[in-house]
Amino acid sequence: MIRSHVLICGGTGCTSSGSVALKEALASELKAKGLDEEVKIVMTGCFGLCALGPIMIVYPDGTFYSRVTINDIPEIVDEHLLKGRIVDRLVYNDTTVEVEEGAHISLNDTTFYKKQKRVALRNCGVINPEVVDEYIAMDGYQALGKVLTEMSPAQVIQLMKDSGLRGRGGGGFPTGMKWDFAAKSVSDKKYVVCNADEGDPGAFMDRSVLEGDPHAVIEAMAIAGYAIGADEGYIYVRAEYPIAIKRLTIAIAQAREYGLLGKDIFSTSFNFDIQLRFGAGAFVCGEETALLTSIEGNRGEPRPRPPFPAVKGLFGQPTIINNVETFANIPQIILKGAEWFASMGTEKSKGTKVFALGGKITHTGLVEIPMGTTLREIVEEIGGGVPNGKKFKAAQTGGPSGGCIPASHIDTPIDYDNLIAIGSMMGSGGLIVMDEDNCMVDIAKFFLEFTVDESCGKCTPCRIGTRRMLELLTKITNGNGTLEDIDHLEELAKHIKATALCGLGQTAPNPVLSTLRYFRDEYIAHVVEKRCPAGVCKNLVSYEIVADKCKGCTACRRACPVGAISGEVKQSHIIDKNKCIKCGVCVTKCKFDAIIRK
Amino acid sequence: MNVNVKINGVSYSVPRNATILEACKAASIHIPTLCYLKGLSEIGACRMCLVEVKGARSMVASCVAPVNEGMEIFTNTPAIRRARKMNLELILSDHDKNCLNCARNQSCELQRYCREYGVEDQNYFTGKVNEFRKDNSTLAIVRDNNKCILCRRCVAACQVQQKVGVIGVNDRGFDTHIGCAFEKNLGDSPCILCGQCVVVCPTGALVEKGQTDDVLNAVADKTKHALVCTAPSVRATLGECFGMAPGTDVEGKMVAALRRLGFEGVFNMNLTADLTIMEEATELIERIQNGGKLPLITSCSPGWIKYCEHYYPEFIENLSSCKSPQQMFGALAKTYYAHKMGWDPEDIVFVSVIPCTAKKFEVKREGQSAAGVYDVDYAITTRELGKMIKRSGIAFDELPDEEFDNPFSIGSGAGAIFGATGGVMEAALRTAAEVILQKPLEVLDFTEVRGIAGIKKATYKIGDFELNVAVASGTANAAELLDLVKSGKETFHFIEIMACPGGCVNGGGQPTQPSYVLNNINLREVRAKVLYNADKDLPLRKSHENAQVKAIYDEFLGKPGSHKAHEILHTFYVKRGK
Repeated sequence: MIRSHVLICGGTGCTSSGSVALKEALASELKAKGLDEEVKIVMTGCFGLCALGPIMIVYPDGTFYSRVTINDIPEIVDEHLLKGRIVDRLVYNDTTVEVEEGAHISLNDTTFYKKQKRVALRNCGVINPEVVDEYIAMDGYQALGKVLTEMSPAQVIQLMKDSGLRGRGGGGFPTGMKWDFAAKSVSDKKYVVCNADEGDPGAFMDRSVLEGDPHAVIEAMAIAGYAIGADEGYIYVRAEYPIAIKRLTIAIAQAREYGLLGKDIFSTSFNFDIQLRFGAGAFVCGEETALLTSIEGNRGEPRPRPPFPAVKGLFGQPTIINNVETFANIPQIILKGAEWFASMGTEKSKGTKVFALGGKITHTGLVEIPMGTTLREIVEEIGGGVPNGKKFKAAQTGGPSGGCIPASHIDTPIDYDNLIAIGSMMGSGGLIVMDEDNCMVDIAKFFLEFTVDESCGKCTPCRIGTRRMLELLTKITNGNGTLEDIDHLEELAKHIKATALCGLGQTAPNPVLSTLRYFRDEYIAHVVEKRCPAGVCKNLVSYEIVADKCKGCTACRRACPVGAISGEVKQSHIIDKNKCIKCGVCVTKCKFDAIIRK
Repeated sequence: MNVNVKINGVSYSVPRNATILEACKAASIHIPTLCYLKGLSEIGACRMCLVEVKGARSMVASCVAPVNEGMEIFTNTPAIRRARKMNLELILSDHDKNCLNCARNQSCELQRYCREYGVEDQNYFTGKVNEFRKDNSTLAIVRDNNKCILCRRCVAACQVQQKVGVIGVNDRGFDTHIGCAFEKNLGDSPCILCGQCVVVCPTGALVEKGQTDDVLNAVADKTKHALVCTAPSVRATLGECFGMAPGTDVEGKMVAALRRLGFEGVFNMNLTADLTIMEEATELIERIQNGGKLPLITSCSPGWIKYCEHYYPEFIENLSSCKSPQQMFGALAKTYYAHKMGWDPEDIVFVSVIPCTAKKFEVKREGQSAAGVYDVDYAITTRELGKMIKRSGIAFDELPDEEFDNPFSIGSGAGAIFGATGGVMEAALRTAAEVILQKPLEVLDFTEVRGIAGIKKATYKIGDFELNVAVASGTANAAELLDLVKSGKETFHFIEIMACPGGCVNGGGQPTQPSYVLNNINLREVRAKVLYNADKDLPLRKSHENAQVKAIYDEFLGKPGSHKAHEILHTFYVKRGK
């Protein structure tokens, strides 16, 4: 008899921090102690708290262990699984607020999870994604059964419209409307495509869904197929997501085996099957028309719209393309109803949104929050605030297509329209927090470097224009910029936004435009004062030793990799600015705060 | 069905399926385009054709955007003018701006738009400039990516229209460039040198390998005898080099100009077109009567020959062994004519003016040296002749009409129409039918094989014999036709194939025209009309009635298909890899 379940995160984050080895160690330890018949190990998808991985949860009590190592396994087995005594030192801090002797608060009551509402991620970290029965046990494939046996395609589309679900991939187009267009396009052949080519730097929402709950996507694609009259689906997934690919492959095979994909699904006349296509890493292939071109076997480049894919998409046939997170919401909308979904969120942005929190934030990881949650709640409460006592400066959303939200807008309720209004965008859900040590010109340059690398080269403004923008930014961060360069940069940014062929190019200038809007003073400081206020741009930074404070301990001299520091013991030291490569190691070594960065 | 739109505030009714660009054209508004070629390259990439549409989120590429009922379009706002100008400034920032020594100076579409949009500072944007190695590896075409603006018209011509596909887009972002797979040289690829990429290139990124100086120097060399002949279609297009409207027949002026350039003999290639018919019709009849390899496929187009050798070597035996009219001419000049004049063939410099880039390759082929020296020394394009005339200070439009030199001055109407798709077929049919029937035909027009359709098929009853023929132009169409033959679905006795769509009038060596001409005038049709009009008006319309051709047989070759004719006028082909 199984008396205890141990859930170990098998997402990419925890896999990287060693969860697979952890699982093997636990399995052999259990066997050695004769517990393998009583304790079951379940490899799940992502819990969200990636920064604390590898993560392990022990049920029935729900103890949440973080940063578990192989060396901890014998203790967990001996103490917890054998004797029932929680290993306190491994329990996640936020759950250790003791309500009574020996008990901890539930994970769901911690600040990280309390404000979250898990819809798209509801099964992630709960079920074993490689076992279809576990998904079915969580009401999986009930929605598909319901639409096939109780609803007409038109009813399904109406339900989607009523729910207010908008595309989670970035643009926020109403999903029901997209389906309606495709349903109304007359053709013998239609396609459903899942965009799993998540490419924003630092974003991993879709990966986590695919790794943690692949069947939700498969079920939703079949529902979409029924709604628009398609019998074939493609999932275009990045080849850099091996775990997601593995689990999708398993899930598709299992769904076929159970008759949930294939012919005459649920004994109806509905046929639907899904194939995988692997993206080779081009960011632009996340743009829907480029994605379709890539599936067709051609160089992944966008094509003009109209015609929109719903009219003329994959292989010239009507096609709907939704992203992973959008699909993951759909089975529950079908089961729980449009009103339930529409009850969450803001007036025009319903439901929840998954964000990948990164940057200068305590809880790096994955969160799902109702639309309308403020940036402050995400950063300060769920994210645990900016570490090391630093000040919040800005949050970047929407990746290379988005913009920076300054501290003055930290109370903005996050939804599609509010983010656009303040010069950013929802994007697919990357959220990078920046503190006072971040240079906003450098941040803009970082994102633009990405876009320049990822431009497909098809249209003139993006191919040449983004490159010229980057050159202007580099000139500015190198300290060679002029005020005219800022004007030039802004003019060019607006030009590219208005004239580029696809969404990648049209949004590429956003990081520059939004930082120019909120942090123009930083640009001006670089250009006029030749100074980087955050001390990031190396060419504009210099290090000096304050003679009064220097004790002559020689720590900095010994640490300097280029021998730029000289001085006798117990005498104050000097930095040779010509030799200094501005690595900043000396600052970290100085115990007397005698080295300043200018 | 029409829809109502407003363009710059004025209401128009335009076809429902029109693009904004087409609607504007109908409203007499010219919108600049660089990447767009109707039906061939509709990719919306260059962003020159941007217009503003009321309610649209960003500017709209008019070349690919369809009109809608009630659409309000603005083509000439300050924002649009600035956007177009800025795109030009961006292109210039990564472009070799040495216009003065560029082959396309003054016929460059980029240059024209820079002038029209008032680009004053060609260094408005500065930064990294890509530097590419010039690809000089073929005998016919030079690619200079430093002049390329990545409009991709050449790629569409090569991949879609010709189904050759030896060039494509390599790398991405700022490093994007056009090239062969694995950065191979064009000369190491199975390029057929048809030059269709060259005629669609808006800039100097693709040009023919120029030989104008070589030819002018040869003409000036008093120790040599410089002879020239002009292909049937050149007279229909040369005027375009001098600003004349497409479809102007300039035969007389062309002859006068060549004479003033200093050629010792100015000859008419229509004559060897007739000669080709004599040989090819004989070959056809011979193959039909003796159970030879059928269908017989024409061999005038060197681009097609190279295509066949690379991509359809199984049809090499079907190719007519006849040299092309150009090569027949050179061969005759260095044997028959040299003997007649008492010249050493080595002292003859034989130049042909052709609408073709692949001919530059053909002259260097094996089996093209009847007198032990190359039959033809230089094959220069219509464009190159235009340049030579300009360089020599000849006021082309003021020239009188003059006649070709004897003994190679006469061409029949059949020879004239060689320059259009279906022309060789029709010429051959006229002769073959009369040879078989042994009596004159009542009607000489074989209209089923005329016109610019990519593939044409017909069956003609000649006596008791039903002759199945087919005509294809453009190698994509050729491939389609050959696949039909290969599959056994259709059988033909005789097939004419031209590498360039529309035949030689649209050859890779013809004058370039900007995209607004290419998109609005059917050059293939307009230019071909010159040839069909010439044929219609000529008293002599059959190759076998050409007196000069008869004289050549009587004095030199014997009869068509004779041993001597084979030695001098026929050749062979080789299988080439893909």
